[in-house]
Amino acid sequence: MNRVVPVLTVLTALLLVWYVGAVALNAPWARDQASRAGDSLTLPALVHATMMQERPVLPAPHQVAKGVWDGVAGQKITSKRSLVWHAGITLSATLAGFAIGSLAGILLAVGIVHSRVMDLSVMPWAIASQTVPILAIAPMVIVVFASMGVTGLVPKAMIAAWLSFFPVLVGMVKGLRTPDRMQMDLMHSWNASGTQAFWRLRLPSAMPYLFASLKVAIAAALVGTIVGELPAGATAGLGARLLSGSYYGQTIQIWAALFAAAALAAALVAVVSGIERVTLRRMGLAR
Amino acid sequence: MSVIEAQGVSLTFQTADGPVHALKDVDLTIGKGEFVSFIGPSGCGKTTFLRTIAALETPTEGRIRVNSLDADAARRARAYGYVFQAPGLYPWRTISGNISLPLEIMGFSKTDRTDRIARVLDLVELSGFGGKFPWQLSGGMQQRASIARALAFDADILLMDEPFGALDEIVRDRLNAALLELWAKTGKTISFVTHSIPEAVYLSTKIVVMSPRPGRITRIIDSTLPHERPLEIRDTPEFIRIAQEVREGLREGHSYD
Repeated sequence: MNRVVPVLTVLTALLLVWYVGAVALNAPWARDQASRAGDSLTLPALVHATMMQERPVLPAPHQVAKGVWDGVAGQKITSKRSLVWHAGITLSATLAGFAIGSLAGILLAVGIVHSRVMDLSVMPWAIASQTVPILAIAPMVIVVFASMGVTGLVPKAMIAAWLSFFPVLVGMVKGLRTPDRMQMDLMHSWNASGTQAFWRLRLPSAMPYLFASLKVAIAAALVGTIVGELPAGATAGLGARLLSGSYYGQTIQIWAALFAAAALAAALVAVVSGIERVTLRRMGLAR
Repeated sequence: MSVIEAQGVSLTFQTADGPVHALKDVDLTIGKGEFVSFIGPSGCGKTTFLRTIAALETPTEGRIRVNSLDADAARRARAYGYVFQAPGLYPWRTISGNISLPLEIMGFSKTDRTDRIARVLDLVELSGFGGKFPWQLSGGMQQRASIARALAFDADILLMDEPFGALDEIVRDRLNAALLELWAKTGKTISFVTHSIPEAVYLSTKIVVMSPRPGRITRIIDSTLPHERPLEIRDTPEFIRIAQEVREGLREGHSYD
């Protein structure tokens, strides 16, 4: 109970700010319409008019809620107007990209920890790859893949993987290096091989770090997928929904898609957190 | 019969501030079944010397033979168990799992492992705690578990680097008595690094006093105390005389400057 009250307070404050903003931002258009019709609006009528617009500058919360509701429950799931259908498209590319990116990150980290050459050569490139604006790269990836006849999930997954391998790489390198000198000396005194030390010491020590970076990586994969859906031609996915909304000035549709994306990200992070809790508890690492 | 033999062992670390002489011309012979303590202030090379015996460091001069083998060959033959100041137990393994770890690495069979775990847990008086995780045990119990782990694979040499240094004195007294009992039961050769004079005198058959800059041996004292040592032995004149001698040895090395 004492957690519900602060959360509700913050939520109410946010909604209030949002409504005030909606009134302020949508008022010019409402006044404009009224003066064209030769009317002048009283304050209650003005407020009412700012809540009802079809293409408001800033849709009011209840309009967005209705947009989300219509998109989720008002359509058949197979309909192109269904947010669930679009979210499903985005989700599949996100998961594929997340899987590829995480695997690549883990493998690179293992290489970096075991090979001095890789340590010196891979990391600068990995960092450089993340400084390139993804918005600039994404259309090129889509175009290059399309020229090879590959469209749909794969190019989007590649962009998602691009963004998600990095946090996993950094987290895993750190995690695999956590065993201190004493732990490594113990292994050495037992004449353990590198493989034995890896499976029995390095990898288990890295698990908490791995999960922390997986949570960042899965959210990054979603962002990458949505960015990959933005370039022209994409007709499916939450990104395409955002884009078509902006083409036709459908602000409510944009906001509904944004909220769907946020909810999807939250759900994905929650799933990874759940797996983390179960795994670490089973390993005796969570107390 | 000598188990550990060091001849003219020197070890110099090259650092940014010039060479550091961690060990200089160390000669020492440790016989089978001896309990040898290394005592001296920080920087006297006592830990470094233990590490060279374990082939965790390589001497720049001189040689070390363990069981008539080169130190590194002895390491590969798993001649010793090493106990550090921290227990270093894996939090994701139970106590049994931790003791099992070196056994798995060395390729002991499952039934053999189970027998050995039960035996060493009994030796360190931790029977019944095998299924617990390290964090469920006190610091002293964790250190006993780490000793059990070092004992599990039948190495006849036990190298201990301030194993009780992080524990309070009451626990330490108990563990010292338990360690002597364990030594009597198993007949292992034990090398023990400490900076506590009473601990060194109470435990050892031979006390090696070391001093820093460069790290060297200043005095080797053979204990005249009997093998049977109740805790009260620490109030006898004999005990106090040996402690006095250790203190003199430390003073000779300017350890009190």
